[in-house]
Amino acid sequence: MQQLADSLIAQGMFGANPPRDLIYALFIFVFSLIVFLGIAFPFAGIVSWVERRVWARMQSRCGPNRVGPNGFLQWLADGLKHICKEDLIPADSDPALFKFAPYLVILAFTLPWAVMPFSSQLILADLNVGILYMTSVTALTVVGVLMAGWASNDKWSLIGGIRSAAQIVSYEIPAGLSIFPAVLMAGTLSMQGIIKAQGWAPWTWFAFSNPFTFIAANVLYISALAEGNRTPFDLPEAESELVAGFATEYSGMRYLFFFAAEWGNLFIIGAIITTLFLGGWQFPLISNNAVVMNVLQLITFNIKVLFLVFVSMWVRGTLPRVRIDQLMSLCWKYLVPISFVDLVGTAAWIAIWPSGNSVAPWIMLALFLAIVVTFLRRVLHYFRRSKMELYLSPTI
Amino acid sequence: MDALATYQAVKERFGAKVLEINEKALDPFMVVDPSAIVEICRFLRDHPETAMNCLTNEIGVDYKDRIEVVYELYSYPKRYGVTLKVKLPRDNPVVETVETVWKSANWMEREIFDLIGVTFQGHSDLRRILMPEDWPGHPQRKDFVEPMEYHGISTVRDSPIIRMEADRK
Amino acid sequence: MSIRTEEMTLNMGPQHPSTHGVLRFVIKADGEVMREAIPDVGYLHRSIEKIAEKVGYHGFMPYTDRVDYVSAMFTNQGWAMACERLGGIVVPRRGEYCRVIAAEFNRIASHLLSVGTMGMDIGAMTPFTHAIREREMINDLIEELCGARLTFNYMRIGGVGWDLPPGWREKALAYLDHFDPIWEEYNALISYNKIYVERLANVGVISTQDAIDYNLVGPNLRGSGFKWDIRKDIPYSVYPEFDFDVPVGTGEFGTLGDAMDRYMVRIREMRESSKILRQALNRIPDGPVLAKVPRNFKPKAGECQVRVESSRGDMGWYAVSDGSAYPWRVHVRTGSFAAMGMINKLSRGLMIADLVTLIASLDVIAPEIDR
Repeated sequence: MQQLADSLIAQGMFGANPPRDLIYALFIFVFSLIVFLGIAFPFAGIVSWVERRVWARMQSRCGPNRVGPNGFLQWLADGLKHICKEDLIPADSDPALFKFAPYLVILAFTLPWAVMPFSSQLILADLNVGILYMTSVTALTVVGVLMAGWASNDKWSLIGGIRSAAQIVSYEIPAGLSIFPAVLMAGTLSMQGIIKAQGWAPWTWFAFSNPFTFIAANVLYISALAEGNRTPFDLPEAESELVAGFATEYSGMRYLFFFAAEWGNLFIIGAIITTLFLGGWQFPLISNNAVVMNVLQLITFNIKVLFLVFVSMWVRGTLPRVRIDQLMSLCWKYLVPISFVDLVGTAAWIAIWPSGNSVAPWIMLALFLAIVVTFLRRVLHYFRRSKMELYLSPTI
Repeated sequence: MDALATYQAVKERFGAKVLEINEKALDPFMVVDPSAIVEICRFLRDHPETAMNCLTNEIGVDYKDRIEVVYELYSYPKRYGVTLKVKLPRDNPVVETVETVWKSANWMEREIFDLIGVTFQGHSDLRRILMPEDWPGHPQRKDFVEPMEYHGISTVRDSPIIRMEADRK
Repeated sequence: MSIRTEEMTLNMGPQHPSTHGVLRFVIKADGEVMREAIPDVGYLHRSIEKIAEKVGYHGFMPYTDRVDYVSAMFTNQGWAMACERLGGIVVPRRGEYCRVIAAEFNRIASHLLSVGTMGMDIGAMTPFTHAIREREMINDLIEELCGARLTFNYMRIGGVGWDLPPGWREKALAYLDHFDPIWEEYNALISYNKIYVERLANVGVISTQDAIDYNLVGPNLRGSGFKWDIRKDIPYSVYPEFDFDVPVGTGEFGTLGDAMDRYMVRIREMRESSKILRQALNRIPDGPVLAKVPRNFKPKAGECQVRVESSRGDMGWYAVSDGSAYPWRVHVRTGSFAAMGMINKLSRGLMIADLVTLIASLDVIAPEIDR
């Protein structure tokens, strides 16, 4: 941000001798408004529409397609509806906590955007502990969810809240440990620093730099899904078991806050993994113009993140939900040991090849492509076997 | 062994406890003394030649002058079924439970208790099952008259046509 | 140090997404683990058996649809067979074939719904919509056959209401050609999914002995490894003319008689139904579909039992006639009623999430319990 402001000041946009601090403050204020109101909240809304459409196509349905072109404005309609609905507060609940809980959840969703590295210069605050800040503020969700579950004074909500607490606290450990391989490779906790340690090409990304980081990226994605209450780990709000889990007693806008945070968190999950393992906004240097480069980097970053968002929708459309004991055993018996091995392995790898192994990235990339090709072949196999014309013919 | 041979065997074993064997009915049945029903059921279940290991159906029927409880037994190993009946007085129908012989009798007897009003002695959990706990009477009895209201909720409603015409006026 | 804990009593239903207004459980839970789940039924009790005593033999046929609205053909068939047995009516062969065809289509539809909701209760929505998509096509076919999609009222005493419409046979065969590969796709999508198997295997294990003692029937009994199908073992209608297998649970993923076995039995039964349908559609004879039955049908005084293999298993109809135009007493013994009676025993020590799985795996349909 500071660089961008500096470069604009140098171009003389704010006069000859401008008050620098004020301009920095103005920049941060305007950009945070844009980020929160223009990106974070609409993103959560649009993702809800995208998810419903994507999900619907996977399930041979249409999904919302009435409000606006292809139903694009459905999220606005839903938001308006929820604002207009009565804000019910159960008589026996703890009203103060009950009212406060959704704000805490939405706070946990907005705070990470402060260190979101959209491009080399578009970042609100490039903290030197950026990634640590990110993981710590996202963990604030658990307080809000637990508070909601407890304050509702409903046994289903309570079970949902407790499940959520157990789940998020447990999965913080593999998630946290899986972040460190990338931090070790980059040698910094800053979001921009980690991205700058990688290049634009896949073989320079941390995900493919050695086998340990490859596994760490996958472990991190699984743990992040669990922390974001996404299928297959959506136990806190498991519809068929707990009605709506911690959100059972909520209605109107407060209910919407929980789900806006859930959908918005998809972007944050994607952004963390993109930053740490997939090269962030890195784009080949094709222009010296700062604006052009920033736009290209912004697009690159968003494409990577949105692909990961799509994958999580895809997972949601495919997998059933695990049971609470299976959830815990997955975390403590498998993910935690694996992430420890990853951490030690990465450290050993760096000790052996301080400047990186030149062959390993190519092998890892080839392995990854082989997985993708096998997957596509299986998809094609079933695609050929199904008779599409029978679905298209209305008579049968 | 088939159903009729089984009835004869039971008659030989229990004598006067078997009141009647009807061979002409579509499904031949045997009427037994209510006091002996558990004994006979246990005999049929445990005897290796009959091995009636399943109670497929237990039905209560109100015949205005008496109440019958029909037991349909089936033997999976021997692949045939028999039908037992007990006749009970209508004013105080009491019979011993066969839940101790087959577990499936539990819910079926609760249903008969609920809808016909037969009391099963020794039943572990004799509560109403389909109707509310405080429902008056037993709906499957022939002289059951539906109450006009239940807890202030009317159980009758006008014909929709009459109501529609009334609205029009 | 000891922590004081107390048992929590949870009220699941009737307003709960997985009991959808028709069932209620009182769960005594210790955290996530249930001590017991006490079922409370009767929310859908409509006294259908009592209605039969007021509406007569022919008039009761539409009401039988409501006994089990997911597989209404079997309740139709059960009542029709009970009346035919009482009145000594012989159904024409084409009528029997029409019954078998309609019933087996209905069995596929019902099993599709069952395995679909199984996925949904576990949290996977996609299998449900895929199953419903196939079921819709069967509904379309049956709609052409009898004009209704859910409560069919297709069968009559002495046969069926209408003959197959022209061109229907070919459409039905085309559907079966479509269904067989879809069946495999379905297996690939969900049946062998690791999480799915983990959720279902070793849950709600019913031993063969218990299954018989509690009078479980149909897929629930077969899931416990006991090979018993009314269509094979106490044959009725024209079933002896067809060649089909009776799939049984094998305990391939866990213990014999667990939820996964019951699920796999349903999945495989759809394939067998498809086999029966192909044979029936190819061999259907010509002739009338409805025997002559007097409009004022008055069977001799007497009583009879009839057993039909419905999609939820052996459905026992018991009808008493007093010689008048109205049945004296009708009783339906259904698979769901027996299965529901077992839930209290099975639920002990399961997790709350498993209760939903257990109910879905027993394929309990509320109207069948309450009637």
